[in-house]
Amino acid sequence: MKRIAGIFLVALVVASVASAQALLINGAGATFPNPIYSKWFDEYHKNNGNIQINYQSVGSGAGIKQVTDGTVDFGASDGPMNDEQLKAFQEKHGFGILHFPTVLGAVVPMYNIPGVTAALDFTPEALAGIFLGKITKWNDPAIAGANKGVNLPGNDIVVVHRSDGSGTTYVWTDYLSKVSEEWKNKVGKGTSVNWPVGLGGKGNEGVTGQIKNAPNSIGYVELIYAVSNNIPYGNVKNSSGSFIKADLASVSEAAAAAAKTMPDDFRVSITDPAGKKAYPIASFTWLLIPAKFSDAAKRDTMKGFLNWMLADGQNYAEQLSYAKLPKEVIAKEKKALSSIQ
Amino acid sequence: MSPRLRWRKFVSGFMLAMTGVCALVAVSVLFFILGYLVYHGGTSINWSFFTKLPTPVGETGGGMANAIVGSAKLLLAASLLGVPIGFLGAIYLAEFSGSKVAFVVRYAADLLNGVPSIVIGIFAYSLVVLPFKHFSTLAGGFALGLMMVPITLRSTEEFLLAVPRALREAAMALGASKWKTIVTVIVPAAYRGILTAVLLAFARVAGETAPLLFTAFGNRYWSPGWNQPTASLPVMIFTYAVAPYEDWHRQAWAAGLVLLGLILVINIVARAILARGIAVPRA
Amino acid sequence: MAATTSVPSASPISGSRSFVRRLREGDEVARLITFLFAVSVVLVTLLLIFALWQGSALARHKFGLQFFFTRVWDPIAEQFGALPFIYGTLMTATVSLVIAVPLGIGAAIFLAELASARLSDALEFFIDLLAAVPSVIYGLLGVFIVVPLMRDYVQPGLKATLGFLPLFSGPAYGVGFLTAGIVLAIMVIPYIISVSREVLMSVPRDQREAALGLGSTRWESTWKVVVPFARTGIMGSIFLALARALGETMAVTMVIGNTPTISASLFSPGYTIAAVIANEFTEATGDLYLQALVELGLVLFLLTFLLNGLARLLIVITSQRGSGTAHA
Repeated sequence: MKRIAGIFLVALVVASVASAQALLINGAGATFPNPIYSKWFDEYHKNNGNIQINYQSVGSGAGIKQVTDGTVDFGASDGPMNDEQLKAFQEKHGFGILHFPTVLGAVVPMYNIPGVTAALDFTPEALAGIFLGKITKWNDPAIAGANKGVNLPGNDIVVVHRSDGSGTTYVWTDYLSKVSEEWKNKVGKGTSVNWPVGLGGKGNEGVTGQIKNAPNSIGYVELIYAVSNNIPYGNVKNSSGSFIKADLASVSEAAAAAAKTMPDDFRVSITDPAGKKAYPIASFTWLLIPAKFSDAAKRDTMKGFLNWMLADGQNYAEQLSYAKLPKEVIAKEKKALSSIQ
Repeated sequence: MSPRLRWRKFVSGFMLAMTGVCALVAVSVLFFILGYLVYHGGTSINWSFFTKLPTPVGETGGGMANAIVGSAKLLLAASLLGVPIGFLGAIYLAEFSGSKVAFVVRYAADLLNGVPSIVIGIFAYSLVVLPFKHFSTLAGGFALGLMMVPITLRSTEEFLLAVPRALREAAMALGASKWKTIVTVIVPAAYRGILTAVLLAFARVAGETAPLLFTAFGNRYWSPGWNQPTASLPVMIFTYAVAPYEDWHRQAWAAGLVLLGLILVINIVARAILARGIAVPRA
Repeated sequence: MAATTSVPSASPISGSRSFVRRLREGDEVARLITFLFAVSVVLVTLLLIFALWQGSALARHKFGLQFFFTRVWDPIAEQFGALPFIYGTLMTATVSLVIAVPLGIGAAIFLAELASARLSDALEFFIDLLAAVPSVIYGLLGVFIVVPLMRDYVQPGLKATLGFLPLFSGPAYGVGFLTAGIVLAIMVIPYIISVSREVLMSVPRDQREAALGLGSTRWESTWKVVVPFARTGIMGSIFLALARALGETMAVTMVIGNTPTISASLFSPGYTIAAVIANEFTEATGDLYLQALVELGLVLFLLTFLLNGLARLLIVITSQRGSGTAHA
């Protein structure tokens, strides 16, 4: 008995020491890009065996907080840090934090209605009404009006939103604030809002899980979560009046205008853009990288990864339904890399 | 027999039968849980579950090897903290202390025992994670170890106190000092109970999830050393269960089976040790 | 381990004094070391209370007592109120007790009064194992078994029969107060059973025999004499179960719907103190947000502290009564 315990202890110690050779970098944040981030970090580790980038998909809110507290080396968010949060970081660390866009994604209204497999068309008014709790049944005229060919049941709508601090929530509420005055005044935009109705799910994963299991539900998730789980999602009417399906083309078009006028800190909102075929609820997602690293090895690793991400990494995006970054943005980011010390 | 008596007898039989039903319901829940876990988890357990690391989101295959090792490391750290404090503190309470100090210490231990595990997580976060600027196995071990202390302390104290006076007096009469008596006579006499206490405390914290959320955090790779975040079985179960991917659900069941199996085995072993007899007097 | 005994050397007075000193020092060292460990328990507990108090200072000063009566939890507007969480915590705990207490006391009566000693011990063994099942496993079963069951059968069934009551109104989400209450009930039943069984078994035999001697049926002697005698201890077990239910985190957050709502309906999703801390602690940007969460933790701590203290008091009172001290 003692021998077994002894062997076990030795094995543990060896296990804990052996992988000390590898450089481990910890990051946390958005669930929105988690499918591609986990793919990227896995691929990068395969190509660079001694580098392990551990990314925890805990929500943009947690990502911002953890990187500000310094408990992780980098963060990730699809809601850019606001001025207050940037200031808080600066005050805490004595240097700033940089936003690096990684991919473009779309937030789609995903639903589970018994008997309905078609892609519904949603107007901004319908979406705002549903999430404000004013439209309560699926066959409400506001929804049925745009979906004449579909047999919508008279069941109660089950709204699902995020229970954690979320960049996806930020993008969604940012859009709703732009298209609905009532939403803007009543709820506002943010990573965590005071939802009028609905159930909470943790992460894009949790929301998808809830919707998958609950009939008559609707929620908002990043496109890949709907696609990879084969759950129907709707088209949204954009500012030009057309119902647009979220895909690579419509998301890229949403970013087209912003790409040309990208600010230096890369913080920009591309919801409700102009553009005939632009998808109205798209967003960049950012890696939040501190401007200074005390550990030279970590800094070089991050820079190396970012360089790879802007080149080879982009090739993985499309198969996971994320759109590549516009060329202008990539060029600008490459220049900005040098400001990481 | 009067009708009233007949009625009372009927009520009596009926109600007593109902209590039997209650007991049956309570016990069958356990068997249901076990059965379900064995069914769902058993079909999902394979070699890769124990040996592989998690794969990227959406890809199948992959396992929880790092979570299993992570949990083992966390529990080791927890035991290194919780067992000495509980054990040595109990020795103080049983052998050395006056009643006032004993009362305060016992009260504090009971208080600590009743603290919800999420609050312990908050405490460990502010005490270990923030100053070190790292989520770490150490922080997780600290939180879990803190939870082990009250159980170990109170149970060990009881078993030490249960050692018959005759043994102590005999040792004293032979000239042994107090601490020598403790080390060579009392503790060995109570060792079964103490071991049971430690095992039960261990089993209790093995399944804890909430405090790990803010301390050990999570890791997709092996966690080197003690100062980095680490994956753990309970947190993986939680993360995988609320996600939509079928493959993750499968793995969550398997992990649940492994975790519950471990905890139940420890519990059964602990009770078996105790049942063999407490405080066997040494000739 | 051989039991070595040290025989004091037969030495003259001066030598024995130094030996005694050494002896005493050995004991003193042991005493000191073990004292330090024992006291560290007290220190850590004090530190924890202090950390909770300090860590919520900002929120306490800003909101004061209003914190307990505000319904709004709005991180953007930085308005934090604890009412929905206190409501959810108490509501789920109440539901769980309503289910667990009758079942638990019934089972305890069976184990203490009716079952043979062997059966009673065997069943108690299994029930103790039930108490060892971790929360996340209950959550796992809750998500995959209880929630679909509730959503597809139980809740529609209740709505069809008792839907006129506000208690069973609203859409059947599957998650919600009722589901969380049921899962919690399963988790706390073992505590009620094992403690109640013990206090029932400690009721002196003559109480039962007196009742039977006066012509009562088995049930009547149990229900009207034995149980009331052990009433305080059973209350204690209920408080213990309640304290456990209040602090439960993982199983609850997986089945309650995670929405800060106050609703009379059991079908409504809700939120508990423990669940909101688990979900929002690692992402609370801004000091006020974080401290509001810590204040919630403080509230939870105080609640469980009071309940545990009360529980132990009640159990002690009963066992003292039951240990045969004659009543005049």
